[in-house]
Amino acid sequence: MKIVVCAKQVPDTTEVRLDPKTNTLIREGVPSIINPDDKAGIEAALQLKETVPGCMVTVVCMGPPQADVALREALAMGCDDAILITDRAFGGSDTWATSSIIASALKKMDFDLIITGRQAIDGDTAQVGPQIAEHLGIPQVSYAEKIELEDDKLVVWRQFEDRCHIVEVAMPCLVTALAELAEPRFMSVGGIVDAYNTKEVKIWSYEDVKDTLDAANMGLKGSPTKVIKSFTKEAKGAGTLLKDLTDDEAVAAIMTKLQEKHII
Amino acid sequence: MVGFNLTKEQLLQQQLFRDFAEKEIKPIASQMDEEEKFSMELLDKLKRYGMMGIPYDKKYGGAGSDVLTYALCIEELSKIDGSTGVTVSVHTSLCCACINDFANEEQKEKYLRPLVDGRKVGCFGLTEPGAGTDASGQQSFARLVDDHYILNGQKVFTTNSGFADVFVIFALTDRSKGTRGISAFIIERDTPGLVVSKDIPRMGIRAASNAEVSLVDVKVPKANLIGSEGMGFKIAMTALAGGRIGIGAQAVGIAQGAINEAVKYVKERKQFGRRISQFQNTQFKLAELQTKVDAARIMVWRAAVAKDNHENYAPLAAMCKYFASEVANDVTRVCVQLLGGYGYSREYPLERMHRDAKITEIYEGTSEAMKMIISGAMKIN
Repeated sequence: MKIVVCAKQVPDTTEVRLDPKTNTLIREGVPSIINPDDKAGIEAALQLKETVPGCMVTVVCMGPPQADVALREALAMGCDDAILITDRAFGGSDTWATSSIIASALKKMDFDLIITGRQAIDGDTAQVGPQIAEHLGIPQVSYAEKIELEDDKLVVWRQFEDRCHIVEVAMPCLVTALAELAEPRFMSVGGIVDAYNTKEVKIWSYEDVKDTLDAANMGLKGSPTKVIKSFTKEAKGAGTLLKDLTDDEAVAAIMTKLQEKHII
Repeated sequence: MVGFNLTKEQLLQQQLFRDFAEKEIKPIASQMDEEEKFSMELLDKLKRYGMMGIPYDKKYGGAGSDVLTYALCIEELSKIDGSTGVTVSVHTSLCCACINDFANEEQKEKYLRPLVDGRKVGCFGLTEPGAGTDASGQQSFARLVDDHYILNGQKVFTTNSGFADVFVIFALTDRSKGTRGISAFIIERDTPGLVVSKDIPRMGIRAASNAEVSLVDVKVPKANLIGSEGMGFKIAMTALAGGRIGIGAQAVGIAQGAINEAVKYVKERKQFGRRISQFQNTQFKLAELQTKVDAARIMVWRAAVAKDNHENYAPLAAMCKYFASEVANDVTRVCVQLLGGYGYSREYPLERMHRDAKITEIYEGTSEAMKMIISGAMKIN
């Protein structure tokens, strides 16, 4: 079995501060991490690897050369191979262009299962995973909170608002992982030694995928998304806390507030 | 000189140790101290992630990393909990080092492998009730009878002995030869006659196991003698020289952990209408402390790199241990003071760090013993 996990390196948004004068993100000095949903996907893949003899896990990341460290981390957790898709021509890609580029790389690889994170904490679009599946023409199940292998198919617990759908899906397929899917393991000391000394991060540029990628679908020019304006949300004031109410009193209090504000 | 920067690999290792300490040790550190008991679940995790065999060769099941990375590990663990730092340090740089550096291939396969691949834990028994800084005053005796040695004696302050599987024990094989009559043995825990007492109540590093080990007619196969008869003192002194890098790193960790806690506190605490971080006294105190800790850390790194490069690291290790342990005591004392009553309270980790710091001036060679080594290397006498 061959599993490919798509992971993104993101700024650790818990460490991001706003510049109060310009209202922009201060990215300097902010540590970069593997996107949490993606890291859960890596863990889920490694857990499958432990139960399926001969299973191989490859991790793929599109990003700048500095994303190398995210791939080393994935290798140190136990992934077998790592590919960094990087090229100046890919800069400025929106979700459409990104998914086109990653799919063009995946077309060159063998896989039974692709796992992506549900969404990245820096963009929160949740589009790249499903778009990759569409580019590849394979089935997809998003919002996975649990996956199990049954013979040649996958059973996926898909989180859905107040319930959970249990979905059977034939492989090859793509699953987007929630952080709840699996608690990521730590790297191991020996794993880090291997990640830097015996394993390698392969670098794929446009040259390596050009026969599967339409150049019109990459980079800023290949990105149909236009950002009209970006702004920081105004900080909300502290809410009102009503304590020690009975259920009926609580309902009445909420209804009164909603009416006062002309919401209902 | 090529600079003081860690490699990308070492930086990623440091990140691992930091994350591990924050997530796995921080939530239980205070409780382990209060209960004076090391968590076996934590020990299992340290083994699982390769932290018990960092500088040892992959061919024996170690992580295949280096002494500097090992020092980074001890610092990061000790930032959160000095007891965890010393547990890993004694196992790695005392017990495992004796076997790695002096044992034969058969012994390494049998004992080093499970110690560094995360199956077993080791301890090191040199100190006796009458043999502390003067380790030559050993009384434990090993008598050769056919293909076995029969050991009798008493060890004390043996770190990790409460749960260790493998004991490296020193004993005289020839009373007439002084330090050249000391030999080193590998003894398995379940060997009849080897009895470990309850842990000795201590001021600090209370979660670490530290007990007396009695040897009553303990029958040890001749094959478990490390090196040859009479090599024991050299084996012990070599291991202790390396161990001091670990204790230096532990002291740096305790000190940095205390600064980190103090910085967090002074940014929040308000007195006289201002955050106390806004007072120049606070700023200057913390600037002084951080400078001392950085200096100590660079000394630890220098000794670690010298050991990695197979240079004469022993005086450097003694200097880093002497300096870092005194810095740790100064820093934790001042940090308790910066927190005032809360620093003294057991609700905050500062008082634990202050108590934990004291032992770094004592074990694996007191500050005074370090000065003997340093002045000896200076050829003053």
